Amino acid sequence: MVIPSGTNRTVTTAAPRLALTAISRHFGQVTALDGATLTAARGEVHALLGENGAGKSTLMKIAFGLDQPDAGTIDVDGRRSVIRTPRDAMALGIGMVQQHFALVDPMTVVENVALGGIDRFDLAATAARIRRLGAESGLALDPDARVSSLSVGAQQRLEIIKALARNAQVLILDEPTAVLSPTEAKDLLDWTRRFADAGGTVILIAHKLREILRIADRVTVLRRGKTVLTAAASDVTELLLAEAMLGATRTAAPVSQAKAPHASDGQPVLALVNVAAMDDFGVARITNATLTVHGGEIVGIAAIEGAGQRELLRVLAGRLAPSQGTATLPDAVGFVPEDRHRDALVLDATLTENLALRGAARRRGLMPWKTLDDSTQALLRDRDVRAANEHVAVRTLSGGNQQKFVLGRELAATPAALVIENPTRGLDIRATADVHAALRAARDAGTAVVVYSSDLDEVLLLADRVLVVAAGGVRDVGTDRDTVGLAMLDASP
Amino acid sequence: MPASMRVTRLLLEPVLAIMLSLVALAVLLAVSGYSVPAALSALWHGAFGSWAVLASGTLVRATPLLFAGLAVAVAFRAGILNIGAEGQLLAGAAAATAVAVTVSPQLGLAGAGLALVAGVAAGGLWAGIAAFLRQQFGVLEVISTIMLNVIMLHLTGLLVRGPLQEPTATFPQSALIDQALRLPRLVPGTRLHAGVVLAVCSALLVWWFLRSTARGFRLRMTGANPRAAASAGGIHVARVATSAFIASGAIAGLGGAVEVTGVTFALYENLSPGYGYTAIAVALLARLNPMAAIGSAVVFGALEAGAAAMQRDAQVPAGMVGVAEACVILVLLASEWIGARAGRISTLFWGGPPPTQHSVTPSAAVDPA
Amino acid sequence: MNTLADFLDASVRSATPLLLAAIGETVSERSGVINVGLEGTIIVGCLAGLAAATVVGPTGALVVAGMAGLALALVFAVVAIWIGADQIITGTAITMLGLGLTGTLYRVLYGDSGSALSTPTLAPLGIPLLQDLPLIGHALFRQPLPAYLATALVPAVWWWLNRTHSGLAIRATGENPAAARSSGISPRRVQTIAVLFGGLCGGLAGGTLVLAQVGTFAEGMSAGRGFIAIAIVALGRWSPVGAAMAALFFGMASALQFLFQALDLNLPYQIFLALPYLLTLLALALAKGRYRAPAALGARVRVVELA
Repeated sequence: MVIPSGTNRTVTTAAPRLALTAISRHFGQVTALDGATLTAARGEVHALLGENGAGKSTLMKIAFGLDQPDAGTIDVDGRRSVIRTPRDAMALGIGMVQQHFALVDPMTVVENVALGGIDRFDLAATAARIRRLGAESGLALDPDARVSSLSVGAQQRLEIIKALARNAQVLILDEPTAVLSPTEAKDLLDWTRRFADAGGTVILIAHKLREILRIADRVTVLRRGKTVLTAAASDVTELLLAEAMLGATRTAAPVSQAKAPHASDGQPVLALVNVAAMDDFGVARITNATLTVHGGEIVGIAAIEGAGQRELLRVLAGRLAPSQGTATLPDAVGFVPEDRHRDALVLDATLTENLALRGAARRRGLMPWKTLDDSTQALLRDRDVRAANEHVAVRTLSGGNQQKFVLGRELAATPAALVIENPTRGLDIRATADVHAALRAARDAGTAVVVYSSDLDEVLLLADRVLVVAAGGVRDVGTDRDTVGLAMLDASP
Repeated sequence: MPASMRVTRLLLEPVLAIMLSLVALAVLLAVSGYSVPAALSALWHGAFGSWAVLASGTLVRATPLLFAGLAVAVAFRAGILNIGAEGQLLAGAAAATAVAVTVSPQLGLAGAGLALVAGVAAGGLWAGIAAFLRQQFGVLEVISTIMLNVIMLHLTGLLVRGPLQEPTATFPQSALIDQALRLPRLVPGTRLHAGVVLAVCSALLVWWFLRSTARGFRLRMTGANPRAAASAGGIHVARVATSAFIASGAIAGLGGAVEVTGVTFALYENLSPGYGYTAIAVALLARLNPMAAIGSAVVFGALEAGAAAMQRDAQVPAGMVGVAEACVILVLLASEWIGARAGRISTLFWGGPPPTQHSVTPSAAVDPA
Repeated sequence: MNTLADFLDASVRSATPLLLAAIGETVSERSGVINVGLEGTIIVGCLAGLAAATVVGPTGALVVAGMAGLALALVFAVVAIWIGADQIITGTAITMLGLGLTGTLYRVLYGDSGSALSTPTLAPLGIPLLQDLPLIGHALFRQPLPAYLATALVPAVWWWLNRTHSGLAIRATGENPAAARSSGISPRRVQTIAVLFGGLCGGLAGGTLVLAQVGTFAEGMSAGRGFIAIAIVALGRWSPVGAAMAALFFGMASALQFLFQALDLNLPYQIFLALPYLLTLLALALAKGRYRAPAALGARVRVVELA
């Protein structure tokens, strides 16, 4: 798509549509935002960039009234505003589509749109309105469909329609393309352009720099809760943005570091032959996957969200039985799932108890607490986990230390294989480097390592070999970024 | 943090809750126009006034409360909201009575033992129904156990008017259990029976089981975070939860069996004055710790025994103690909330993060955030 | 046949307080809050009804009973919704509180003996002509005021839940409080309103018991009706119409004992008292997945909690 040049866009000299100024927000001892500022004008698509944990989502939640700042001001159309709840935000014409949709699954589309409304309750009128908005915007939806029966793309359209039905003038989209197919993503981005050209404002949280430079008018970059760059999109390059996001000391996050090819001569450790697997709802996500992972190699898994990599990883980790085919796995596979709090840790239990969790199913008789305490102490020392002692609750540890603890636990028994999912999500740069180093060390010690990250660059950085999960199967297309990217979208070059 | 400080902190809340509840009781007494000193003195003397009162009143009433409280604690620690201790206790009482009035008195203590075993089995079975419905059909155990409580109450009514009715078929109760099949008295001249020893031993056993055994560890982890228990620990959480549910019922059933063989010697409809519900308060006050449940059961046993004395000696309605018991629970629930918000203050006081302690309520709840 | 007509009349009579309580609990549970304190709410309504009847007469006393139920529900709402404590445990405490408080106050107000103090009851209001219908005339058209009130609440609550913004907000909160919040709703406020309505209905149920049926108070006279109402809500699949049918069913079951007495049958009526509960359990098991409870029922809402 050809972006029209700047001259034919309506840019008024009046006060900005939305100005967030010097916003700070602390969670306990963690600083999420430290004087962040963002100013978005009428008629612009404003991209908000930053690493994981840079504070993008927190800043936008504050703009939408889902969170309150500790300091800072919000101005809407030049008027000082206090936004305590989403209702306040909506009244000011601000709408938001969160990364995890806020929809009521058993209800219909029209009920979800009517929810929280203040006008007369009339589902027929609301349905007509959905049809009209759909026709105008190209975001078509069946008003009587149940949300649970909608595809992810349709659910996102519903979220946007919900905002439009409240006459949103400012639309915040939190990583909207992450869950979409390539066609859907392109359609969505084209739509945001049209919405802005018609006088609306879009704030787009995103990761894919290329995508952003294609669509956005202006860019704001957050790093560690501070605004480090605000510029017109035409004035910046991908490289400049990447530097702004990662900071001057780019060595700490060696994205561009050349990697020596690591030849694996290990034995096959994990092997899948013609495996099929279903998700929690009985939908076949993997239909026919065949792969082998050897000891002493890191195999990176690349996939777009929902391609079936979640199920594939759980089959490899022995956490999910294949519905068809054979999986040959070693006795114990270490597994670090992406949602640590939910799936890997018992937050209110002590570190020792969390260590003891591994292998708990097979343990008999009494718990050897003394030995377990000693092992935990050793783990804290070896993995550089910062904790007062082994008797504190895991809840008291920082996210990075929790992840190092989980990884250490899973590697403690030197398993033949380790499966890890989004290993550094939510971690700071130092913890990220520590986790990467630990994975490489495990590989060098002969463990077969399987890594999936939603960040393709992290996959490419870590992996000796990349496997792409798409269309229910697994393909090896080499490690060239573009080729892998196309394969993820199941498109041919 | 030194261990002594940790103990102090763990005791602080329950003691505070009891004191606040006594204050509430005093206010209620004063408002209702009773003499507060007279009433409280009657309460105290009825509960702790003499060894005989302590043994025959407080400890005898604490015994079923301890069994039922342990049942609740085990279930809650496994993430099961079993509020069916009342029905499970009655099931145990009914089964134990059935055995005790059937077997030959010549069996003596062995016969009493048989009755207790029957009580354990019946309690487990009654809880097992709810466990089965939960596991197979996803029926909320809160709703199913409430219903099973009522069904058991009616079933007991049926039994004491039918198959188990006393020989003259006049009163709605079972025949008296033969002297030889009753639990032995511990202190002559009092009603204190061997069941209290059994209850304390059960508490110690449950405490040891949860703390030291692999099965107990699996139970606790399943209750604290079933997803992590399954994913990281490979624990078969459904199986663990089901067995914990049945074990919980079995403990309550034992309580019922002890009650008929140690105290009432017969089955009748109103055997339990809501022991199964008060048990929730007992478990809560003990922060679901089986060892602490001993003390907690004595507190509530004292309140119940004292209430009877208060009604007798100071003409104060016994219902007032129910109010105090309810206040204990409500204050504890509120203090958990206050505690969470006072985290920063407590750091100043104790110079470190607050000690790990189990939330008094299971975290099976869905967090919508 | 006169006996059968009496049986139907007794069924509707027994069902009335159950339906009132269950309608309120339906609204409460649809918002995601299960209030097992309902038993306490009902008994508080009983005593308040009796106490007020001597002052303001039976009709006014019904209103006072509702208010008393609402007051106790407010305590529940503060602890379970605003403090965010576990609903079941809070509810248990509320029931203990209600039973203890009424037992105490009754003796305080009317003496230690607890001598039977009786109040005039609400007379049945007959609808001309219809009340003379054979068999069902008295059962359906010659009932005291609360029966008509309960009947009217069924379509009214259905309309509320399904045809208004606040009803939609209640249902959405019961399914997904976080989504409701993002749509500009305050889940806690919605749940508080729903719980208070449940308390009002529970109080009315207690008032009905005293003012339209028994005419006096006895300790523990709610006799498990709060728990029955919770069963009715589940059996009625969380819908007001379902609750009405389930309440009538429970009412019939408890009226059977009168029928048996009238027919001089010596059947153990406990079977029939237990039967509705057994059927409820069965219905819950068979309804697996289809008519399920609100997804967030019983969940502790931690709306303020953030990453």
